[in-house]
Amino acid sequence: MITREDVRRVGWLSRIELEDSELDEYSRKMGLVLEYFGVLDEVGGDVDPTYHVLEIDNVFRDDVAGEMLSQGDALLNAREKRDGYFKSARIV
Amino acid sequence: MSIDRVRELVESVGIEEVLHRCSERIEENKLNTFITTDFEGALTRARKRDGNGGGRLQGVPVGVKDNISTRGIQTTCGSRILTGYVPPYDACVVERLKAEGAVIIGKTNMDEFAMGTSTETSYYGSVRNPWGRERVPGGSSGGSSAAVAGGEVPIALGSDTGGSVRCPASFCGVVGLKPTYGGVSRYGLISYANSLEQIGPIATSVGDVALLFDAIGGYDRRDSTSAEHEFDTSSALDSDVGVEGMRIGVPDEYFGEGTSGAVRDSVWNAIHTFEDLGATYEIVSMPHTRYALAAYYVIAMSEASSNLARFDGLRYGYRVEEGDWHTSFSRTRREGFGEEVKRRILLGTYALSAGYHDKYYLKALKVRTLVKRDFETAFKSCDLLLAPTMPYPAFKLGEKIDDPLSLYLSDVNTVPINLAGVPAISLPCGFEDDLPIGLQLIGNFFCEPTILRAAHCFEQSTDFHKRKPGDV
Repeated sequence: MITREDVRRVGWLSRIELEDSELDEYSRKMGLVLEYFGVLDEVGGDVDPTYHVLEIDNVFRDDVAGEMLSQGDALLNAREKRDGYFKSARIV
Repeated sequence: MSIDRVRELVESVGIEEVLHRCSERIEENKLNTFITTDFEGALTRARKRDGNGGGRLQGVPVGVKDNISTRGIQTTCGSRILTGYVPPYDACVVERLKAEGAVIIGKTNMDEFAMGTSTETSYYGSVRNPWGRERVPGGSSGGSSAAVAGGEVPIALGSDTGGSVRCPASFCGVVGLKPTYGGVSRYGLISYANSLEQIGPIATSVGDVALLFDAIGGYDRRDSTSAEHEFDTSSALDSDVGVEGMRIGVPDEYFGEGTSGAVRDSVWNAIHTFEDLGATYEIVSMPHTRYALAAYYVIAMSEASSNLARFDGLRYGYRVEEGDWHTSFSRTRREGFGEEVKRRILLGTYALSAGYHDKYYLKALKVRTLVKRDFETAFKSCDLLLAPTMPYPAFKLGEKIDDPLSLYLSDVNTVPINLAGVPAISLPCGFEDDLPIGLQLIGNFFCEPTILRAAHCFEQSTDFHKRKPGDV
């Protein structure tokens, strides 16, 4: 069960604005999915979690600068830019 | 159409005519398979390469799923939020295709951010199935599969997070491979669930899928999850090496109660074909299959909630400019994302939030360990596993889209493979009411050559791949 308030809270955490009129429908459909996820409670025993299927960890390379995206290319798709930077809305 | 046939055509009528025919076919079919086409650019690039030939895909037109970055060609992930986004670089697989002489003609339609089983969640409209225009093509790589099945391109790339190459391959009657996790570089693939997804080839025959896999696979240092493994697919299609003595496992749990009678019969006929070819089979049990679907969706949604946090309208794509940062960010995402994407981000955020992390996310990762162990146990006595790809043939457009859970349940036979990270291929093995049925062959880690070989032998012994769709 996920309440309207829960949906509103995760909406804020996810930075997705939701209208009051949408909350019931989101909580109903999300509730059905979460109810289905309840099947996981049947699984007992304690095993290690698998975050990653291959035995690869700590992939490093030599600390040498290589080819990378130019500043101009990185800015190509930005709606607003100034002096070689992305321009964002006011944060605080 | 095969790669060989297209190469002959390029030789005889020229690349311009071949591209013209592709374009005409797309126009005539009206399946909505492409979000963006770039025939002018394709011709320019192909002409530049003329004379530098030698590539195994020289002059061969290819469709690339729209979540794979293509320098200079719009890449939207089927989403409004990336409308107008033009990547400044090529994905590794795109570089490799170009190096082999392939000609990228455009970007194929897909479920928004690859989240779907029917290609109905695309902002750019649903794709239609060439076997029945009122049917879905499967998803999320529905555009790629329908384009290949409809004769618009001989080969295409898709991506497979929980079945997104195999499902549409099954529904559209073509061949699709989900490689071993780490087998193909994800550099330039726009992430949805990065611990699960792989780019995979789609074509009309096993041989063409093997060639395309050979072209795009292998280590790439720019993907930190890339495996340092050299695939050798050269013997996979050797007709002297058959399936004699091959041990096939048939997981009982993959023939669940939702499986249609025709799917069950077709897959069992396939098992008997393999027997006739000298293979043996045994029923195996994979007891944690029952929990795989829930575990998959928890993990995929959790990873999506993090991966899709980058879409803020600041550096690229759609942007609503209103108020402060939080308002602009939240409204951009409200208007930029479709309903299914928002629902998955919200559910993923919920599953990772304080108080629920252990109940959902951590539990799902533990179930993933158990699912992976099921595969490890099965592969102790089997060379490959065989099952239906999908429990039923293509369903109708609109039939399931309003009921997310019912749509998720369609993925029951494909998601365990992504949880475990092993490779699997789907190829045609029958028909129900003139709609194709897909056979899934699952291999152990890095055993693509084994499943390609088995798939090729099956294809050589049957005619299912020769039948062409009626609605194009």
